[in-house]
Amino acid sequence: MQLLNQPIDLEPLAEHAMLAFAARVNSRELLNFCSAVVKADRRLVALWGSDERDRDEKYGYAVHVAFDLAEGLVCLTLPLASENPVFPDLSLLFPCADRMQRAVRDLTGASAEAGDQRPWLRHANWPAEHYPLRRDTPDARFASENENYAFVRVEGDGVHEIPVGPIHAGIIEPGHFRFSVMGESVLRLEERLGWKHKGIERRFVGMGLGDGARLAGRVSGDSTLAYAWAYCQAAEAIGGALPPPRALWLRALLLERERITNHLGDLGYLGNDVALAFGLMQFMRLKEDWIRLNASLFGHRLLMDRVVPGGVAVDLDARGAQAIIDQCHALTVELRRLKKIYDEHAGLQDRFLSTGRVTPHLAQRLGVIGLAGRASAQHWDLRCNHPCSPYDRLEPKMVIERNGDVAARALVRFAEISESIHLIHRIISDLPPGSIRNELRSAPGQRGFGWIEGWRGDVLVALETGADGKIRRCHCHDPSWQNWPALEHAAIDNIVPDFPLINKSFNLSYAGQDL
Amino acid sequence: MNFYALFAQLLELVIALIMAPILNGWVNQCRAWLQNRSAPPLLQTYYTLSKLFHKDVLLAHNASSLFRAAPYLIFSCMALASAIVPTLSTELIFSPAADAIALVGLFALARVFIALAGMDVGTSFGSLGSRREMLIGFLAEPALLMVFFTVSLIAQSTSLATIVETLAHRDFVIYPSLAFAGVAFTMVSLAENARVPIDNPTTHLELTMVHEAMILEYSGRHLALIEWAASLKLFAYSCLGIALFFPFGIPSAADPAALAVAAAILVVKLALGGFVMALIETLSAKMRIFRVPEFLGTAFLLAVLAMLVHLLLETGQ
Repeated sequence: MQLLNQPIDLEPLAEHAMLAFAARVNSRELLNFCSAVVKADRRLVALWGSDERDRDEKYGYAVHVAFDLAEGLVCLTLPLASENPVFPDLSLLFPCADRMQRAVRDLTGASAEAGDQRPWLRHANWPAEHYPLRRDTPDARFASENENYAFVRVEGDGVHEIPVGPIHAGIIEPGHFRFSVMGESVLRLEERLGWKHKGIERRFVGMGLGDGARLAGRVSGDSTLAYAWAYCQAAEAIGGALPPPRALWLRALLLERERITNHLGDLGYLGNDVALAFGLMQFMRLKEDWIRLNASLFGHRLLMDRVVPGGVAVDLDARGAQAIIDQCHALTVELRRLKKIYDEHAGLQDRFLSTGRVTPHLAQRLGVIGLAGRASAQHWDLRCNHPCSPYDRLEPKMVIERNGDVAARALVRFAEISESIHLIHRIISDLPPGSIRNELRSAPGQRGFGWIEGWRGDVLVALETGADGKIRRCHCHDPSWQNWPALEHAAIDNIVPDFPLINKSFNLSYAGQDL
Repeated sequence: MNFYALFAQLLELVIALIMAPILNGWVNQCRAWLQNRSAPPLLQTYYTLSKLFHKDVLLAHNASSLFRAAPYLIFSCMALASAIVPTLSTELIFSPAADAIALVGLFALARVFIALAGMDVGTSFGSLGSRREMLIGFLAEPALLMVFFTVSLIAQSTSLATIVETLAHRDFVIYPSLAFAGVAFTMVSLAENARVPIDNPTTHLELTMVHEAMILEYSGRHLALIEWAASLKLFAYSCLGIALFFPFGIPSAADPAALAVAAAILVVKLALGGFVMALIETLSAKMRIFRVPEFLGTAFLLAVLAMLVHLLLETGQ
């Protein structure tokens, strides 16, 4: 099958929860396909590398590129030479590919032939010639060192730099932000991430499919359900066993609960960042009630390990369903009151409106996705674009705002909570009966993909088993890869003290992308 | 030498030193209650101070002697300022020596040193905070002076003791100018004490800080002195507000029994004032730093209006 009029023979992947296609390409075909994707206004989903020297002497490495097309997920694999593996630079077509390419180089040694060559995940804590994802790289410890990272300098009279992080005044996530400012106004912001790199992808290698689900659920704690479900989709594609319908509906229930949990927390922190601690306290109370019900009904506050390959680990009885319905009603009432307070608070609206703007045009060029994308009129939501079961029956409404500022991102959160509450009502009233889990057996030498719209954006998991049926390569892609560069643009022309607010309105993952 | 004045003066100083952290704790308690949280203990500020006094001082390698001296200087300025404001009695030994303008000077002196100390180590946050503090300071000071000039015109003197005596012990007269001056003074005190909506004393976001950014490098007893000085400043401003706008109950006669009554009344007034401040802080969001000139400009305007109202309406009496 061919797509976008490109002469590439795409093989449809069976047993997947969504339509997916894969093909091996050469670099010219890859570049042509990428251009066609850009022309068709579609987007890059993920880019990752792998070491294939044990399979093929001539082509020792491979770089994999996944795209979101109208027809479904397309994954192209470009084999690379064992000696001096280089692949074409895609960052001119997809700006977000730049950091993914640098991560591929740091982890596998396969590098883009042009573009930014600075390290990304490697912080001088391991030697440049040490590639953790090569199969022959031994486990090793290195003394940590200070790196000398070449930040882009802004020259001019009165321009100075403010370095912030990775250690902050409060206990928050590590990220380094280098501001070039003129007085209070930000001329340029450059991010340096990777402080939470802990070698998750290397840890996956050799794990059983069941254990892998536990690790995938811990890539980013706030999106544990999105990761676990995406991983399970991939594992189920490999094992060739779809979970029973009731399990899928329960997964959707849990995913929507996770979305509401995070949106509630973010709305509270957005209030706190403009010193309206009242907002933080109210939303935190709602969030705490919400996750306490998670704990009492499903046995885990954040719902870790509730989604397992083959189904779900916990069922919902009639009493639990009633508790969820009651809580949804209570939340709807409280949310309406709090939204009114936020809407009518002049001081808060003054801070939110027009702060950290990403125009729809800029968002489209940068490829902003997920919640932040939808606040800038980017119509990306897997639940609507490529609905897997049960979203094909639920038909969620996509929430779109056009202003792209902090206020728009807050409004998207409010509207998505309401929509998720609506979905939860639908799920509980239509929940199919039956078992909640199928037995899943691993199959050797298979690939599978999982693709789920988490609260932040779409999470992709690409899973491959080796000859022994254990995990050979597992790549987890966080939507933050696409959105972190947009934050750099959102801060420009804003004042320095507004940055924490802008950052919080995106609330991107550090752990999820540092892996 | 007037022993009563000396006694009243010492008592005032001691009460200021003791009460200031409690006032701070009270404001924090009120804030917590207004946010539906359970509140920290009233003496929490004391626990924090004692913890800090027990900790070692960690100095940056390039800290100069100014950095080390600044906490003592700032603390002395604030203690002296609290002593100048007549809260318990108008008969104080400092009252002939220091008037309202000297008080503004004391606050300015402390500000200069804390700003210099902020820049001393050379971190970007220190200079960021100092820069913002000076922006706020140079807008707040004229407004504060205008408030003082208005009340000085009423009392025909810049001496704080005379002002309080005039307002508290003459025949009861309603001064419309004081209403304007009172609003202006409240706005200035919010800005000067690093409260919401100008600054957020509880934030951990270093990019948004003003006061906290300047003292990020301080630790141990230095930090304790600065925190204590901040409470003293809040106390001094609160007492100043009471002395200028609600002076009823401050005795003028040399009577030790009256001192006790005055102290009790002061506590009630401070508790009410602290609650109002917590209420303002709970209801407002922090404004953008470039809105601060508008805010303090309004305060200045109100203070000028107060003076005009006084000159137009009240001088004929």
